[in-house]
Amino acid sequence: MAMAAPLVLHLLLALLLGLGGQSRAEPERDSLREELVLTPLPSGDVSATFQFRTRWDSELQREGVSHYRLFPKVLGQLISKYSVQELHLSLTQGFWRTRFWGQPFLQAPAGAELWVWFQNSVADVDKSWKELSNILSGIFCASLNFIDSTNTVTPTASFKPLGLANGTNHHFLRYAVLPREVVCTENLTPWKKLLPCSSKAGLSVLLKAERLFHTSYHSQAVHIRPVCRDAHCVSVSWELRQTLTVVFDAYTTGQGKKDWSLFRMFSRTITEACPLASQSYVYVDISRNGQENESLEVSPPPTSTYQAVILGDRKTYAVYDLLNLATFSGSRSLNLQLKWRQLQDIGYIHYQPAQDRLRPHLLEMLIQLPANSVTKVSIQFERALLKWTEYTPDPNHGFYVSPSVLSALVPNLVGAKPANWEESPLFSTMFPTSDSSSYFVRLYTEPLLVNLPTPDFSMPYNVICLTCTVVAVCYGSFYNLLTRTFHLEEPKRSRLVRWLANIIRRIRGVPPV
Amino acid sequence: EAGPGSLSRCLAYLTSFPSPSVWQDQAEQLFKSGHTNNWAVLVCTSRFWFNYRHVANTLSVYRSVKRLGIPDSHIVLMLADDMACNPRNPKPATVFSHKNMELNVYGDDVEVDYRSYEVTVENFLRVLTGRVPPSAPRSKRLLSDDRSNVLIYMTGHGGNGFLKFQDSEEITNVELADAFEQMWQKRRYHEMLFIIDTCQGASMYERFYSPNVMALASSQVGEDSLSHQPDLAIGVHLMDRYTFYVLEFLEEIHPASQANMNDLFQVCPKSLCVSTPGHRTDLFQRNPQNVLITDFFGSVRKVELTTETVSLKPDLSSMGYRYLYLTLFLNNWVASGE
Repeated sequence: MAMAAPLVLHLLLALLLGLGGQSRAEPERDSLREELVLTPLPSGDVSATFQFRTRWDSELQREGVSHYRLFPKVLGQLISKYSVQELHLSLTQGFWRTRFWGQPFLQAPAGAELWVWFQNSVADVDKSWKELSNILSGIFCASLNFIDSTNTVTPTASFKPLGLANGTNHHFLRYAVLPREVVCTENLTPWKKLLPCSSKAGLSVLLKAERLFHTSYHSQAVHIRPVCRDAHCVSVSWELRQTLTVVFDAYTTGQGKKDWSLFRMFSRTITEACPLASQSYVYVDISRNGQENESLEVSPPPTSTYQAVILGDRKTYAVYDLLNLATFSGSRSLNLQLKWRQLQDIGYIHYQPAQDRLRPHLLEMLIQLPANSVTKVSIQFERALLKWTEYTPDPNHGFYVSPSVLSALVPNLVGAKPANWEESPLFSTMFPTSDSSSYFVRLYTEPLLVNLPTPDFSMPYNVICLTCTVVAVCYGSFYNLLTRTFHLEEPKRSRLVRWLANIIRRIRGVPPV
Repeated sequence: EAGPGSLSRCLAYLTSFPSPSVWQDQAEQLFKSGHTNNWAVLVCTSRFWFNYRHVANTLSVYRSVKRLGIPDSHIVLMLADDMACNPRNPKPATVFSHKNMELNVYGDDVEVDYRSYEVTVENFLRVLTGRVPPSAPRSKRLLSDDRSNVLIYMTGHGGNGFLKFQDSEEITNVELADAFEQMWQKRRYHEMLFIIDTCQGASMYERFYSPNVMALASSQVGEDSLSHQPDLAIGVHLMDRYTFYVLEFLEEIHPASQANMNDLFQVCPKSLCVSTPGHRTDLFQRNPQNVLITDFFGSVRKVELTTETVSLKPDLSSMGYRYLYLTLFLNNWVASGE
């Protein structure tokens, strides 16, 4: 019953205060900014990065905090109880393929990664680290309780604090990675519940597990650090950033097309900004507009554009301000669409696949080569294994692949007169020319000689020999043993020889023959 | 915590009011069924993709108890492997119970407390007996008391007298019975319902000797529990027969339902289940006919509605304030299980 008494006292106080008449209007001490960045990647996929940033102007350690508004209570209590200065936790499935996708804003290792800077006042860092990872495992439904001294390190150079820090004694830093950790809906659910608007309004309505996990890369993270409250940096605020990055595959979710829309990606559209947010933006990367003969069209048209140097490259973004009602003009929902259009025709492609023992592959392409560039064309094919009677007598020589043909109209550097067919020398009238601006040329590539695995043709002979030998020896011997009868036969000798032999035997004492 | 001393204090307070008998009747009505809160411990013990159906079994029961009112804070869900985000799952973040893929039992709001390598015999017994390490977070503890009804559901591969955990260890029926006795000695349950869906499941409840335990199993000793139907797109069997029909039965139950345990005993006859489901009620004090399904699967709270208005006066000694104090006192007591 001890629970009832403080509850009642609390209510008592609340009642008294409420009835006291005046209510102090406290200035808002926390603010929320949310943003979504859509980046079409060079490989045709599209990546979406959500960031929700809650800034809380409060000194968590000094004040006894009991009132939480936007900043989640569970994290606030963690920071004050374990004297955390910075906390970075990420849960990732997949690997960011920089070669195909370009550089990420923020990459995370596959599995779970947790690194924490504790404050200088912590006496036993290892104990706090162990308790902190246990509490986090309960909050995020992840097996972070497996973090112990066998997988924890104290890096000395690579993980400096990302926020404000008094000193950087790396004794207060701990880092651990659990590569086996799986990310699934049960980790997304508590992550979503930390957001001020949960998954009810704003950009977080797009966070549906069925779409977010059908991706090539999924990474969700929580970053807590102290930041300057303003430019003068007189006082310190706490910043909580929740980030979620996913890469939608063009082939599994996009059916091979490069056109994207919010509905196609998330099976939802945005209807409003989070009412608790002070800023809510959607950015679409349109830097690749106009490159590589493709143009990118974004609809509805953006409210503004933003240019900056991001990760070393100059990038342009189309900006949609969700707090501006003009963004939703007309429809009540915002369904961003990205469409690609070819500026130039790729030309003609003719492909005829092979049929075994009937016809070979045929690939014909009409390409316009861009200037000052190298164009590579490659085709993958397989040679099927032949039947043993179809091999040539010398199969170890290899198999030939016919050369490719390149027929081109090359522009003339020098103007030429069309030649009179009969009066010109033979070497200039090989190919007909329609006009004097270009000449026709036909080139061939080298033939290929490919070594393929060949069967061992001596095997039948070896097998027959061995089998026959075995059969002959074993079966033959048994046959003989079973079907032949053996008799002892005495040798026939002449009577004179026998009589002499008997006399000699009698002398020796041996029985007679 | 509720106890006999505070009950008498409450009654003493009640008697100081002008009409005590009405209040006494209502107070007695509140405590008729005997339990004040519900807990559920749902365990799937199988690892590997081809044991998809065991995870689907456990998630079906999870979904039902959540739907009937038990909150996540009162459910300890243990899944030994991840099927939803398994690379072999053609539909990520889903676990289906039926081959038409109508029902995604994984849902959008699931919280798994013990997952993957954490599902071990040791952790399971620690959860039951309450001997968890001090650093264990609240979601990983079974914080039941002597007024809690606890539902325990287990599924996986089993044999005569044991249940396999993750293909590397087993729990025997003797260990399980002893764990339940520890729970009884430490007053960690008021009544318990134990359901098991494995081969030869009835062997697991043979050794129980603690009071107030009712047990159901999907098959008798010597019989196998069979799976229901495979799905060709996913490539594995989606559910076991017994739990499939239990889920069908539970989908009809709503929080105010009056269905009782005898209905649950009839759920899967031999014609549907191929094995013979069994049950054990000799340790249970009440007649199964009087035990509601929602006593274990739901979380029914007693709510007192009043149409009288209360005038709040700032004077602490006034009658009106004492009236408010008592109403809050009673409501808090009813909800004290959380």
